[in-house]
Amino acid sequence: MIQFEADGKTIEARDGETILGALRREGVNVPTLCHMEGLSPTGACRLCVVEVEGAPGLVPSCSFPASAGMKVKTRTPRVLEARKTIVELLLSNHPDDCLYCARSGKCDLQTLARDLGVRQRTYRGARNDRPLDISSPSITRDPDKCVLCGRCVRVCEEIQGVAAIDFIGRGSKTTVATAFDRGLNVSSCVNCGQCILVCPTGALTEHSNVEAVVAALADPSKTVVVQHAPSVSVQLAEEFGIKAGLDVDGKMVAAFRRMGFARVFDTSFTADLTIMEEASELAHRVATGGVLPMMTSCSPGWIKFVETFYPDFMPNLSSCKSPQQMMGAIIKGFWAPNQKLDPANVISVSIMPCTAKKFEAERPEMAPNHVPDVDYVLTTRELGELIRRFGLDLMALESETADTPFGERTTAGKIFGASGGVMEAAVRTAHFLLTGKELENLEIRPLRGAKGIKELRAKIGDLEVGAAVVSGLGNARQLLEQLKAGRKDLHFIEVMTCPGGCINGGGQPLGADPEAAKARMQALYKIDRSEAVRVSHKNTEVKRLYDDFLGRPLGEKSHKLLHTHYAKRETVI
Amino acid sequence: MSTMDLEAILKKHAGAKRDALIPILQEVQEAQGYLSREAVTRIGRHLNLPASKIFGVATFYNQFRFTPKGKYHVMLCRGTACHVKGSQKLLDSAVKLLKLKPGETSRDKLFSLEIVACMGACGLGPVVNLNGEFHAAVSSRKFAKIVEDCRQKELEHAQN
Repeated sequence: MIQFEADGKTIEARDGETILGALRREGVNVPTLCHMEGLSPTGACRLCVVEVEGAPGLVPSCSFPASAGMKVKTRTPRVLEARKTIVELLLSNHPDDCLYCARSGKCDLQTLARDLGVRQRTYRGARNDRPLDISSPSITRDPDKCVLCGRCVRVCEEIQGVAAIDFIGRGSKTTVATAFDRGLNVSSCVNCGQCILVCPTGALTEHSNVEAVVAALADPSKTVVVQHAPSVSVQLAEEFGIKAGLDVDGKMVAAFRRMGFARVFDTSFTADLTIMEEASELAHRVATGGVLPMMTSCSPGWIKFVETFYPDFMPNLSSCKSPQQMMGAIIKGFWAPNQKLDPANVISVSIMPCTAKKFEAERPEMAPNHVPDVDYVLTTRELGELIRRFGLDLMALESETADTPFGERTTAGKIFGASGGVMEAAVRTAHFLLTGKELENLEIRPLRGAKGIKELRAKIGDLEVGAAVVSGLGNARQLLEQLKAGRKDLHFIEVMTCPGGCINGGGQPLGADPEAAKARMQALYKIDRSEAVRVSHKNTEVKRLYDDFLGRPLGEKSHKLLHTHYAKRETVI
Repeated sequence: MSTMDLEAILKKHAGAKRDALIPILQEVQEAQGYLSREAVTRIGRHLNLPASKIFGVATFYNQFRFTPKGKYHVMLCRGTACHVKGSQKLLDSAVKLLKLKPGETSRDKLFSLEIVACMGACGLGPVVNLNGEFHAAVSSRKFAKIVEDCRQKELEHAQN
């Protein structure tokens, strides 16, 4: 530990720690724009400048290491003026259309301009007038709103290991773009949306489907049904200003009904179904000497990642569709005919913490006879927008329960929303399937928590199982490289695209702090603790679906409706 | 450039790290005339660098191009001396005449246009270099004649 002085007060810093790191711990608020906790510092925006006694100029605190005896001043007139000027210069070529901007109210640039006292346009620069990139079904890019902070570039490369985008060009012509400046849709982008979460402005937003859903709800010839992913109910309240970690499942169901959705189904139901199919697939692979380790297929960003970067591992991916697409297939392929409805007149909407799900729903193999199983995917953010649009006060609504038959879920399906949840649910059911007995302690601690790579070695009956749980594609890349190098002790691997799993998905509420993901994770485990049915194989409606329609796991109907295939992507990577 | 040339260049840089990127890009462009998508991807695999990063580095410098040159490659000087002698007007008329923006190649692959900063012939401005041949004091009319000569040559070539 070293000591230095900040604004006349002595504070401590760890060896090698930056000035900013030490100041933040002491509660000194230094504004930043390009800085991201956990990503390499670049000192690009220089908003974090401070005065250091003896230094010739102002010093960027985010990338300058603290040293013993250093005297730092964080709020002198010179510092405040410099910060204000930086924001004024950033605004000199900004479109200034806050009123119409999707980011308004959640925009760091807007907040900084307000906090630093920018009240008029001081500089007027030439506008760039670059075209919008609307090529991706998941992410829309508006280069004119980009302030070149590089957070998206770093999260894409350093956290996700994808590096679909980088700084292109030089000087005032610099822009963030893909290789050869082509659309995101033909780039190596996996649609995870982590770039949207870190973007400080409206330069990156999800491709919105709100208007389409509003139109469908107003169309009397359509029956609009909705499914919602496990993690949405523990994220949604944040859209309405509530602290992270509150489960509003019942209120959300009530809101769906008020808005005119004809049926409210729970994606956790098909998460339970996924466990039945996937556990059977794993058992089948083990018994027949199939390709191992098997890897989960719930996370569409991960799927595109494998198809793009590691096509050799496609046979390892479980052939199970994701819970979203299983629900879609059951709605259009079983429920609609049962209700004497034409699948083309049923609009199936899904609410996801995810932007990649929008891409997944548009995959051609997810639209038998050109009728998509899932018509529109809304992120948790878009659901918040929809609820506000309909003038509903979410927190004032009385809780309601989901519709049968696909509203019933076990808590095993619910914990799919956190990294490790799929594996935990699978181990619970695999234990029962292989030994005929329930697992004594259903909570499997090593699979929980925010760590990027978690491993479990367990004996289930006579079978010695090696399992790994990975979240964040950079971590997935590490594990795949180990497998490539010959690692053989793993049977089953769960991969979630986003760090921490769906509770930290690219479709979650904006502006959440790093603790929010943990609080949401805890909320899911609290649900798991507090309910009676905690294993997928005890979901009575899943059993009934098999009895009435599907037959058995991996059966012919299952194969047709619930399983899929993958294809190598010829993309510039 | 055939794949062979590319592989030969990469073989020369066996075991290279990312700091070898620019020399490799230069050699590939020298052999190929431009940096193709295929080449960028292949170089990326060789150096373990994403294509977006390579494209980012390559677009930082003026020397790299991403489309093949035309059969007649026009380099137009926009250095200070040529500017004083009216190279902006010349550029405007060249863009209009060739229907090309700087950095582009015509669809028939006949012409490509490139802006350079100085060719070291400041006394002769505005200077145009066509396939290595210098043309001095080029006016818009003179440029039109140069282009017309190229087209004429192509026509004769086609008739023979």
